Amino acid sequence: MQPTTPIIAGQPLAIDLRGLTKTFGKVIANQDISLTLREGEILSLLGENGSGKTTLMNMLSGIYRPDSGAIFIHGQRRDIRSPIDAFKLGIGMIHQHFKLVDVLTVAENIVLGTPAEKGMSRAAITRKIADLSLRYGLMVDPNRKIYELSVSEKQTVEIMKVLYRNARILILDEPTAVLTPQEIDRLFQILRRMREQGNAIILITHKLHEVMEVSDRITVLRKGLVVDTVERANITSDALVEMMVGAAVDLSLKRPEPEPDAPVLLKVENLCVRGAEGELKLNDVSFDIRAGELLGVAGVAGSGQKELCEKLAGLLPAKSGCVKVIDIDNNMNEVDITHAHPRKIIGQRVSMSFIPEDRLGMGLVPSMSIADNMLLKTYHHEPGPLVRRKPAREQAEKLIERLSIATPSALTPVRRLSGGNVQKVLIGRELLSKPKVLITAYPVRGLDIHSSYAIYKMINKQKKNGAAVLFIGEDLDVLLGMCDRVMVLCGGKVMDIVDARTATKHQLGALMAGSIISDSKKGEALA
Amino acid sequence: MHESIQYIVNFLYAAMLTGVPLMYGTLGEVITQKAGNLNLGVEGMMYLGAVFGFWGGYATGSPVMALLCAFAAGMGGALLYALLTVSFKANQNVTGLTLTIFGTGLANYIGTSLIMASPTESATVAANVINAFRPVRFGFLTDIPYLGKLIFSHSWFVYLGVALCVAAGFYLNHTRQGLNLRAVGENAAAADAVGIPVTLYKYVHIGVGGGICGLGGAYVALVTCGGTWTYNCISGLGWIAVALVIFAAWSPYRVLYGSLAFGTLSILRLYIPGTVISIPPSIFSMLPFLATILVLVITSIRLTREKMQPRGCGVNYFREER
Repeated sequence: MQPTTPIIAGQPLAIDLRGLTKTFGKVIANQDISLTLREGEILSLLGENGSGKTTLMNMLSGIYRPDSGAIFIHGQRRDIRSPIDAFKLGIGMIHQHFKLVDVLTVAENIVLGTPAEKGMSRAAITRKIADLSLRYGLMVDPNRKIYELSVSEKQTVEIMKVLYRNARILILDEPTAVLTPQEIDRLFQILRRMREQGNAIILITHKLHEVMEVSDRITVLRKGLVVDTVERANITSDALVEMMVGAAVDLSLKRPEPEPDAPVLLKVENLCVRGAEGELKLNDVSFDIRAGELLGVAGVAGSGQKELCEKLAGLLPAKSGCVKVIDIDNNMNEVDITHAHPRKIIGQRVSMSFIPEDRLGMGLVPSMSIADNMLLKTYHHEPGPLVRRKPAREQAEKLIERLSIATPSALTPVRRLSGGNVQKVLIGRELLSKPKVLITAYPVRGLDIHSSYAIYKMINKQKKNGAAVLFIGEDLDVLLGMCDRVMVLCGGKVMDIVDARTATKHQLGALMAGSIISDSKKGEALA
Repeated sequence: MHESIQYIVNFLYAAMLTGVPLMYGTLGEVITQKAGNLNLGVEGMMYLGAVFGFWGGYATGSPVMALLCAFAAGMGGALLYALLTVSFKANQNVTGLTLTIFGTGLANYIGTSLIMASPTESATVAANVINAFRPVRFGFLTDIPYLGKLIFSHSWFVYLGVALCVAAGFYLNHTRQGLNLRAVGENAAAADAVGIPVTLYKYVHIGVGGGICGLGGAYVALVTCGGTWTYNCISGLGWIAVALVIFAAWSPYRVLYGSLAFGTLSILRLYIPGTVISIPPSIFSMLPFLATILVLVITSIRLTREKMQPRGCGVNYFREER
């Protein structure tokens, strides 16, 4: 960690926002927001989902226009009407979801949309890109196609894109969400280097330790309002959480100890699964989970997590290998479910709650009510051709009460609920069937801190009830804090299964990146 | 020996001519799809180009006016499509199909009306219009045995199409606007974020693409049908053009030999002597469509990323939706 440079205080203001308000219909996304950013400073914008961070930044980058308030850039009042205006003012936004054209090369993506300059030949462009790379320590071959790049390389291209446009003010929206710890370190080095060159940087994030590591000042938003702006040096993580959430939150993760000689409930042996294009998505995956044990799965997005979930739920055929469940109710028989129908797998009390990026895509039918969604898993047990809705509705009402799901009624379509409540319905339904094996992927994706910890508690409760839990997660701190063991996937292979009590984040990061290094055709080692 | 070579040359020459309307239709659709819009209205735009090109020549007696009218008519149809899909975000497939139905109906209605109004019960453009699209001579080059006939004795209309394909290929691959266009078609959000005017790019290229399709229609009306209005003259060429776009893998250069190949298949029936092999003529009529199916199957198995349909094709772009 580098010390904050104290000279910043005297630097001129790069951005000065005064009283910005933005509403969408009746929803107030930003209310009377004022903040400043100095040249050579990294300001973190901290807040939960829905606190208005992204809306605020979209006003700066010309995507939205404020209803009222004023934006001053380098001391002059400016009206930013479109992304082009923002570029002209030297504001560059690095979006959370990369805006890159896959089939074009790195260089083509970088120059895309820039006005043609006289004498700007291909060679000159390549030279300018090389200069930038050298100055900020960015390393990507400009002649490679975007689809050949790793996630962190794509992000580097996004950064080069804004630097190429001579941006002096950079806004990064959740830049670390998809990176390994090593890649995050590298990104922060780049950011520090840009700060030394006098650039002003806004970092949007909800990860506290990153805020504490890299920022000079922190502005906290809550429900569209600025709570406060503080110096990094004068604040603790706990105080920040309190500002963010509005109340003190216990951030400790519990790890109930599993019984040492508990029986194995789920066995996966040498499992291979092919993807849509015939490539191996899971390659010789083997693991087992005991009753009352929580096995975490870590990996860069797309390392085979989705396929593992779908395979275990019976939605994908296996190329080879097998999946077995131990029937504890029936003499501890091993039941092979490798090729079983999903319904038979559910019959073995194997439950899956998979929260994909679009959240509603898998598991719930968005236009159906909570009660009808409950029915989806159980209706086939009922006799006769007609569906009885009453028990399902009662069950749904119980669930709403127990998990305090915010909904007008049990008959409200699921798509009208907020993200956190959808997740509660999804997990709650799985837990109702008293699962023996619970598979949960990204259960807290997009949730605020309160809801996240409520979900963690629910998972731990299943664990204590003797379920074998597979937890596919993104946040390494949570995986290490909650799980008994963590399995690291990389390119569909199990790199290692480590003890979560002793492993470190950097160990996991190295494993997650492991085969990226060995598989890369160009053989470039990650610095 | 000489006779059989001459026979093959004649066959290839006829194949080229048959391929010309396909070349225009396919090129127009390639440009449209590069902007991220799938326009299934090629057939309709070709009909519009055919009837308005014909009408332009019929009414004014000027070949240039005929071409301008054809281009404008195809472009008009395409801009209507652009208005509905780009601005009003209507479904691209449905809008394109509607354009096909509209163009077919309107063209036959106008064409039939012109015939009805004429005392001879047939409508033919003035002789100077027909003559303007006759094969031209390049002096001694045209007299080179075989080659002269194949390369240096076509109508200006044919050379214009080849030139357009080459120009479009250069535009897409070597100009800044071409690069921007590819970005719009691949990932409109990315293009928008770097300040490329996405809507303008779409309108311009959908419009120009439609205009080129319209020229293809005019070729059918003025050259293939000899300047006499023929009911249902396009009859499916537009649909083959849509399939040819896939065959050409979205490259204007490959449109050239794609249309030649399909032209060959279309007229094979007329050039295989019945005494050699006796195959029912209906089999031959099927050939272009069988080839289309074959191409669809083969290309869907494996294509490199560069040779695939532009990513954003068929999906309308909303800036606010994320």
